Amino acid sequence: MNVSPLGISAATLDGVVPTQRCPVNSGQLLAACRLAWEQGGHLTALWLSDDRDRQRGFTLRVLLRDGDGFTMLELALPDERSHFPDLSPIFPAAARMQRAAFDLMGVACDADDQRPWTWQAAWPIDQFPLRRDFDASKSWEPGQEDYAFVRVAGDGVHEIPVGPVHAGIIEPGHFRFQVVGEKVLRLEERLGYTHKGVEKRFESMGVHDAHRLAGRISGDSTVTYAWAYAQAAEAIARCAVPARALWLRALMLERERVANHLGDLGYLGNDGGFAFGLAQFSRLKEDWLRVNASVFAHRFMMDAVVPGGVACDIDDTQAQAMRAQTAALAKEVKVLQDIYDDHAGLQDRIRVCGEVSGELAVKLGLVGLAARGSGVADDLRCDFPAAPYDALPVRAVAHPGGDVAARVAVRFDEIFESLRLIDGLLTSMPDGAVRIELPELPAFRLAIGAIEGWRGPVVIALETGSGGSIRRCHPHDPSWQNWPLLEYAVIGNIVPDFPLINKSFNLSYSGHDL
Amino acid sequence: MLHILKQIAKTGLRTETAPTADETMVVATRLQREIVRALGRALAIRQVDAGSCNGCELEIHALSNPYYNIEGLGIRFVASPRHADMLLVTGPVSRHMAIALKRTYDATPDPKLVVAVGECGCNGGVFGESYASLGRVANVIPVDVEIPGCPPTPTALLRGILAAITSYAPPTPRIEPTATAGALDDASEFSDPPVDAKIAGAP
Repeated sequence: MNVSPLGISAATLDGVVPTQRCPVNSGQLLAACRLAWEQGGHLTALWLSDDRDRQRGFTLRVLLRDGDGFTMLELALPDERSHFPDLSPIFPAAARMQRAAFDLMGVACDADDQRPWTWQAAWPIDQFPLRRDFDASKSWEPGQEDYAFVRVAGDGVHEIPVGPVHAGIIEPGHFRFQVVGEKVLRLEERLGYTHKGVEKRFESMGVHDAHRLAGRISGDSTVTYAWAYAQAAEAIARCAVPARALWLRALMLERERVANHLGDLGYLGNDGGFAFGLAQFSRLKEDWLRVNASVFAHRFMMDAVVPGGVACDIDDTQAQAMRAQTAALAKEVKVLQDIYDDHAGLQDRIRVCGEVSGELAVKLGLVGLAARGSGVADDLRCDFPAAPYDALPVRAVAHPGGDVAARVAVRFDEIFESLRLIDGLLTSMPDGAVRIELPELPAFRLAIGAIEGWRGPVVIALETGSGGSIRRCHPHDPSWQNWPLLEYAVIGNIVPDFPLINKSFNLSYSGHDL
Repeated sequence: MLHILKQIAKTGLRTETAPTADETMVVATRLQREIVRALGRALAIRQVDAGSCNGCELEIHALSNPYYNIEGLGIRFVASPRHADMLLVTGPVSRHMAIALKRTYDATPDPKLVVAVGECGCNGGVFGESYASLGRVANVIPVDVEIPGCPPTPTALLRGILAAITSYAPPTPRIEPTATAGALDDASEFSDPPVDAKIAGAP
């Protein structure tokens, strides 16, 4: 995005995805966001940092993405009494990010909705954990908040509260349905239950060690997060990672994508009343995870991606075994895809269910897998291909349907594409080292790591302090953008279809609540 | 329909022999006797994610796949704590989940077992204790069995769950004192029967 017509200066920021860094005032912030919106860009992340120790007050950072890469707008806020403009009229996805930013940092946004988002009375409302003068050793008895849900009134309207402890084996969150009969008039989400202080925890760790924490922000995306984190750390260190390490990272990333898609396809069949699908796909997933365990010493490949490379290597026998498994899996999945496609009962459940039109997806900033199910073909691997994806181009997948069936179709297509990539990665794997020592890290440097995980783009904004410490680390999960869309996707559907629609998005609670 | 039957026949039975109970995971033995006396091994589990990264949930899901086939052992996951004999709790317990976890515990009828899952459930893990996290599950509700691992494998989970219900021989004659060995014998029935050729060739 060219920001110079707005009188904004831009500097290049180190990173794999082209990124420009632009100091702005509030007027310029709004103008740049409007310009980005008009040019088809969208909001990727928004966070605050406490720079009062460096006599710079607080800093608001707004990360936008368009066809040219990232634009990071930086607004200086002199003190805690400052406030920043509401970006949600331009980017609706900003609303919850702004509320969460206030809960953790105590700098307010001018938005109408001043309800807390991450905060649920675990600490006093006038204390802000991410401020540098917050006493991290202090703790309080958890209290109870009285959250102002929006109610729908009228004859026959009633309310169904669900969660945080759900009926299935899933993460905790609260859903408030307003219904007439079985029809959903409105769904309001209340998240934040799994907030466990991840960002504050990062600040007590060194850059070299914190990949373990990054890999546990959302366990189902451990490779994605660890790679995004490592990418940011490597950009700060300005070091080049050995090619073999990048190939192995991509191999693990695609294996993670396949594993999660296999699991989801099983559960989508099950939630559609087709238990056969769960039995079959969970079997395939188990076979897949067992190979992970034998090759990478961990079923989910946790702690395999480290700053400077990877902590594992593969030999020819393992590569051959993985190629054989890839070919066999492609055949198995094809058989199951045909069965899913031909099964009238399942198709009846998943078609025209939980629809999100392409127009709504763009307007509200849907990202990742869910966006591709509404015909929006954004994918970091295709849009900004970095090694090894520059040598092995990814075919973008998109289905315009916008319903559960489209999100099922995207998963099938992405499995086949990932299997093709895995085969390509294994046959073109360069020789050489898999890890280098990260050089000494300069203080007060910031970089963005961004990786297209199975759920969508995961972003890590990492800022160093002195002596290899972490000054600030803000992880951003694609679920931030997609949770609000789930509220739209269920409108007009019946309550029993909610689990199916929810599963078709399969969003992260932990990655969102931090 | 034909394709489905064919696929089922081709897949065959994949269930493996269940692992043995791992008694080293037992941290408290207050209730096993009562539970086993009342239920044998027909156990109902309510899983509670009290703030995990969702890694443990992936492995708890895997318990229901055809390889581990936890239902084949008589163990079911249920939708309500009121139907449960055991709470399977992943951590760390976030402060925002503390009240919900305590209420879930209170809603579970006595006698009940609590199994803490994962490094975070056992000791707070990489998240530790903080303004937002209470750390290990035992900091919030009484725990009987702790299953370490990040995340614990399905086999480790089974060993811990079985330890909770079989580590003490029940005092009543209804279940033989060799309950642990019995569990293994039962499970081995599932492990290797051949594919039914009649189904495979069915029209």
